[in-house]
Amino acid sequence: MTSGPLRSDGMGGAAALPITISNIRKNYGSFRALDNVSLDIRSGEFLTLLGPSGSGKTTLLMVLSGFVRPDSGSVRFAEREVVLLPPHKRDIGMVFQNYALFPHMTVAGNLAYPLKLRHVHRAEIEARVEKALDLVQLGGLGARGVDELSGGQRQRVALARAVIFEPRILLMDEPLSALDKNLREQMQLEVRRLHDRLGMTTVYVTHDQREALTMSDRIAVLDKGRIQQVDPPQALYERPKTHFVADFIGESFSLPVTVNDGGATLFDQALHLPRKIAGSEPYFLVLRPEKLTLLPNSVDGEAGVNVIKGQVRQSVFHGDSVMIYVAVRDAHEIALRIPLRGNVVLPQPGEHVRLGYGIEDTIVVPAAEQAGGER
Amino acid sequence: MLRRPATSTQITHLQRLWLYILCGLVLFYLVVPTLLVIPMSFSGSRFLSFPPETWSLRWYRAYFDSVEWRAATSVSLQAAAWTTVVATVTGTLAAYGLHCSRLKITKHLSVLLVLPMIIPVILLAVGVFMLFAPLQLNSSLTGLVLSHSALAIPLVLITVTAGMRNFDLNQEQVARSLGASRPRAFVTVTLPQIRNSVLSAALLSFVVSLDEVVIALLIAGGDMATLPRRMFLALRDEIDPTIASISTILILLSILLLGLSQLLDRKRSK
Repeated sequence: MTSGPLRSDGMGGAAALPITISNIRKNYGSFRALDNVSLDIRSGEFLTLLGPSGSGKTTLLMVLSGFVRPDSGSVRFAEREVVLLPPHKRDIGMVFQNYALFPHMTVAGNLAYPLKLRHVHRAEIEARVEKALDLVQLGGLGARGVDELSGGQRQRVALARAVIFEPRILLMDEPLSALDKNLREQMQLEVRRLHDRLGMTTVYVTHDQREALTMSDRIAVLDKGRIQQVDPPQALYERPKTHFVADFIGESFSLPVTVNDGGATLFDQALHLPRKIAGSEPYFLVLRPEKLTLLPNSVDGEAGVNVIKGQVRQSVFHGDSVMIYVAVRDAHEIALRIPLRGNVVLPQPGEHVRLGYGIEDTIVVPAAEQAGGER
Repeated sequence: MLRRPATSTQITHLQRLWLYILCGLVLFYLVVPTLLVIPMSFSGSRFLSFPPETWSLRWYRAYFDSVEWRAATSVSLQAAAWTTVVATVTGTLAAYGLHCSRLKITKHLSVLLVLPMIIPVILLAVGVFMLFAPLQLNSSLTGLVLSHSALAIPLVLITVTAGMRNFDLNQEQVARSLGASRPRAFVTVTLPQIRNSVLSAALLSFVVSLDEVVIALLIAGGDMATLPRRMFLALRDEIDPTIASISTILILLSILLLGLSQLLDRKRSK
């Protein structure tokens, strides 16, 4: 089903708008909240702004919504420049972290609010409220007071209220962070399904990298007011461009490497690389626990893999797997994850091990802040 | 009455008796002087006296028959009504603005706004008189309303700020993202939620103006004499029992307004 119930009686024309952000700067005093940010968001895309607190992700969302006016730069919805347009004229749906439902109205009253502002007929309002409630699986709860709802239900109402007037852009600011883990994971899928059904362009802000990986078409990683990298989840995970991105997304352990002539050396040992490296700044080798494999001690020098030696320090049971922490040259630590399937022989603490990782999994990235993303 | 603790940790009413007596005494001293005036207003004698020897309604008649008392009442009610409007609107807007603003100066501003409540009214009255003289606002309704509003705005500010504390400003942002202009968002989302504190503030403003005597003594001469001013002068010049009847009416009015604001409070907490 490509057109949901909300769309069927709706505005016609495109359900989504592309967003073009160019050279946005915003300073708060001497603090650079956004430092020359440019980003193209495709029509109908689910894009997540991911970053630690203070990275500028929320400020960027506020610039899109119109609540924060940038010091300079441009924001366009399709061809239309909106950077000076006040929020209420932008026709965007918005969902906040704390739901921000109107407690002096019923659930139906909350949903009807944006429609009343648009002078929709009363009969049509009723019909559309019903549809929107069904859409978020709250059918029949329209007469309820807001404080009679559970956290998950409130979030659904906030969601329905943000999309009931069929905005072509939906902005969400950490909408699920107040929910407990199970509910949050369930809502992640629901939000994504809602997006797929209604087809608007969605910009989602979170600091939770797993949430970003679960939901997004593409993720823009922000740090210190700059975009570090914009890529689909898998590309971001497997081919991070900076040490910051590699560190922030997924579990990883880093070892310093020296780089010259496009090659990389780890503790006097040349690495097999998937492609040459440009530049000569400090670099890191990023190792993800699940990409490492335990090699038999007997064989030496295997083709097609890089090998690293170390001594087992500790192993930690995780239910479906075991994390083995390995000391490398005493000063460094890496870890490998061994899935518990069949009869696995686990190395014991103190044992010397050889670990292998594929050439494609050999991630060598510049230390944070050296090479920015798209600029 | 429980004389002995039912459990080892219970405190009996008997042990707490001193507390009840203290409370009773405090209430007695607070309320009795106010209530004393009621029987006095039904006195048949020509002087204020307690307890009255004969009973009559002559002082109520005296009040309603007197052109001067009626004129003063009319001035007071007008001044109170306009003060309510001016102070509630300005005070609410100020409370809203100070609440929303992130500027550092807001703290100093709110102190400045509360100042009329803190400095002695007599000083304020003298200042107002001096200020109004060249502006020819003395003995005018406008002057009365302006000076009474200055007294009422701090109360509005404090009441509404307290009401605003529980309000989540995000809601207004949501309303704006949903298509409401900022004034519209305020009226449809913010105001309904702080409504009760705004109404309480309005009642307070009304009472402040109705009750105000010091400023009125200095600036409300001639036709613009307010009820409290006339009462004060009547009390000084002649001990006129009409005052007792007016006081009784005012007490009833105050109780009514107070009850109303209590009712609003109960609704707010619901």
